[in-house]
Amino acid sequence: MTTSETMARESAKSSGQTYKPQDGLLLEVEDLHVEFHTPDGIARAINGVNFDLFEGQTLAILGESGSGKSVTAQAIMGILDMPPAVIPKGQIRYCGQDLLTMPDEQRRRTRGPEISMVFQDALSSLNPVFPVGWQIAEMFRVHRGMNKSDALERAVKLMQRVQIPAAKERVGAYPHQFSGGMRQRIMIAMAIALDPAVLIADEPTTALDVTVQAQIMALLQELQEERQMGLILITHDLGVVANVADKIAVMYAGRIVERADVYDLYRQPGHPYTKGLLESIPRLDQKGQQLAAIGGLPPNLMRIPEGCAFNPRCKFAQDVCREDRPALLEVAPGRESACHFAEEVLHG
Amino acid sequence: MAEAILTATDLVKYYPIKGGVLRRKVGDVKAVDGVSFELLKGETLGIVGESGCGKSTLGRLLMRLEEPTSGSVVFDGVDMYAQKGRAMRKLRRDIQIVFQDPYTSLNPRKTVGDIVGEPFDIHPDVVPRKGRRKAVQDLLDLVGLNPEHINRYPHQFSGGQRQRIGIARGIALNPKVLICDEPVSALDVSVQAQVVNLMEKLQDELGLSYIFIAHDLSVVRHISDRVGVMYLGKMAELGEEDDIYGRPTHPYTQALLSAVPVPDPTLRDKKEQIVLKGDVPSPANPPSGCRFHTRCWKAQDKCKTDIPLLELRPDGAGEHLSACHFAQPREIIETIDVSDLADGDLDTGRRDTASLEPVGDGPADS
Ligand SMILES: Nc1ncnc2c1ncn2[C@@H]1O[C@H](COP(=O)(O)OP(=O)(O)OP(=O)(O)O)[C@@H](O)[C@H]1O
Ligand SMILES: Nc1ncnc2c1ncn2[C@@H]1O[C@H](COP(=O)(O)OP(=O)(O)OP(=O)(O)O)[C@@H](O)[C@H]1O
Ligand code: SF4
Ligand code: SF4
Ligand SMILES: [Mg+2]
Ligand SMILES: [Mg+2]
Repeated sequence: MTTSETMARESAKSSGQTYKPQDGLLLEVEDLHVEFHTPDGIARAINGVNFDLFEGQTLAILGESGSGKSVTAQAIMGILDMPPAVIPKGQIRYCGQDLLTMPDEQRRRTRGPEISMVFQDALSSLNPVFPVGWQIAEMFRVHRGMNKSDALERAVKLMQRVQIPAAKERVGAYPHQFSGGMRQRIMIAMAIALDPAVLIADEPTTALDVTVQAQIMALLQELQEERQMGLILITHDLGVVANVADKIAVMYAGRIVERADVYDLYRQPGHPYTKGLLESIPRLDQKGQQLAAIGGLPPNLMRIPEGCAFNPRCKFAQDVCREDRPALLEVAPGRESACHFAEEVLHG
Repeated sequence: MAEAILTATDLVKYYPIKGGVLRRKVGDVKAVDGVSFELLKGETLGIVGESGCGKSTLGRLLMRLEEPTSGSVVFDGVDMYAQKGRAMRKLRRDIQIVFQDPYTSLNPRKTVGDIVGEPFDIHPDVVPRKGRRKAVQDLLDLVGLNPEHINRYPHQFSGGQRQRIGIARGIALNPKVLICDEPVSALDVSVQAQVVNLMEKLQDELGLSYIFIAHDLSVVRHISDRVGVMYLGKMAELGEEDDIYGRPTHPYTQALLSAVPVPDPTLRDKKEQIVLKGDVPSPANPPSGCRFHTRCWKAQDKCKTDIPLLELRPDGAGEHLSACHFAQPREIIETIDVSDLADGDLDTGRRDTASLEPVGDGPADS
């Protein structure tokens, strides 16, 4: 961390609340529930999500489209539209303090300096009518009370840090004058500008080419190591996860169904859904064959199946699966699975 | 050998860049610049390449959503760009497209039923009016959406679910050729697998031919019989799937393959990556000679002046089409052996050394 960044962190502390992680524990999400109250009924998007995030850790949240990854991220960031969203239950503790019960103003001040987010779609998240340098500088002016020229100088430094070539000359350029990969790097620059302890990246490379994806992921990893950020990486790309994650949480129908170390999970999945996901990656030896797709549809969140939400699609399902909802339990050291037959899945 | 359903010859699409107060033409974006290939009946031709290289433009040209600057497309024996009125309408039924962007390609004010059923309105003879609701629901079911959701609006679906709406619309008319522009990019693997299986099934049953544009190289490999690699409006390499993946001879293809993240954490850091310098140069002002020379670690003087033709070149096992003066096979998929490269030839650093000029895609309107 550079001196100026350390100073920035200090000034953030002096301007308000300080947060200090206990034993490196940054974030604890406990029994989080989120519902959307729509004219058609209540969509139960998040149904009891639990996880921790430590300093320097990369947690990948992996899951099917609609499984609640983005809603989880939005709940942590406090950017859900409420209504229609309602959080009937749960806690999101940042350094021990519950973000959900914190006064609005205090919570707002965590956004940026403490917890920050990179969105999937860089173009629509940047304001097209302002130069990018100005947009970055604005963060320093608003949050750090810097004057215009200092703020711009910091913006240039940050653009350089995220490898925007000729950043100094480009500080006045508009979003459309940058390529997709560069725009995503600018989004990353804005997300790390205030030196957050937690960075949430929601599908940060989904819209990008592999060569650019490789650059962006390398950059994210580098920044994370440098700043010891806790990184929540939301993605559906099993390749990206394998390359960068420490821990993985697999979501299904708004719950975490498996949590494990990345090596363990790929070697031996402990939940039928994870197993299905890994089996559906196209492999060389499957050329000309059907991919091992998971059958059926993701559940309708207004009518999540009784018992285990995965049971209508699960090859292992038994009667008990249609009645009792399996809890997320430890099935091996450091591994948790929410399946009545986790042992069999893991060992058989 | 199967017969060609579609033959593209020397397709060119330039978009004029207008500038100054008079909005005079000051240049061209060379989006597609001399692309030729055949699509055989019942085959899948995969098209890969970085953002802005012209894949979607090529797709739109093949659909005749746009007129080419020059070049021709022969579809099922007829010269597509010479057709008018009724004949063109009929032709359009046979070539359908699935668009790239699930967020903007769906009209937010229409229900899913309207969107998927729209092709039936344009071509009312396909399904009788009474059977439409059922037909639409069957399509929804086919692409893994809940048929009960026929009256919902696009915003009520997640990104991946929206992409499937587009696919349902694309296959509604049972076309002969389906151009799929990143159809599964927004989908997670389990659903991707279903859709890929579905597309393969439809292909077998109906003899469909696909042009499958995607950036997921492993999906393209799985579904494609042949693969074309595009770079800055040109075809860099074209061959059978195992030629391209097993014996790529073009440095760009090699770099692209090396960047694919492998879904196996034990290979972390073991897989060598060729990290390309900079971004794709602007197609408004493409590099002379070989368009890849500004980023190619093998570039020689000749590459700056002579355009390499897409020709059959030896690949170790046989030969396939490659547009590189120094085409040489290299195995990429597992690990790449960089030991035979001279020092400094390969930029494996994480820097981006693009100069100010070549800003990636999208011409700056100056
Ligand atoms: N404003 C809303 N009103 C109603 N339902 C919503 C709303 N926002 C999200 N949802 C629902 O909540 C569920 C979870 O959505 P979320 O965006 O978190 O999915 P996701 O896991 O991020 O999926 P993707 O991979 O497609 O981005 C989805 O089924 C979605 O339809
Ligand atoms: N209507 C247009 N007017 C001007 N330029 C255009 C137009 N459409 C496309 N282009 C330019 O043509 C080039 C090729 O664009 P195209 O959309 O075909 O690329 P692509 O390969 O599909 O990229 P991506 O992977 O990002 O979808 C780009 O530089 C783009 O900015
Ligand atoms: S609890 Fe039953 S239905 Fe659910 S994943 Fe386990 S075996 Fe399958
Ligand atoms: S022709 Fe030259 S610049 Fe182009 S790919 Fe081959 S070696 Fe590289
Ligand atoms: Mg999402
Ligand atoms: Mg495109």
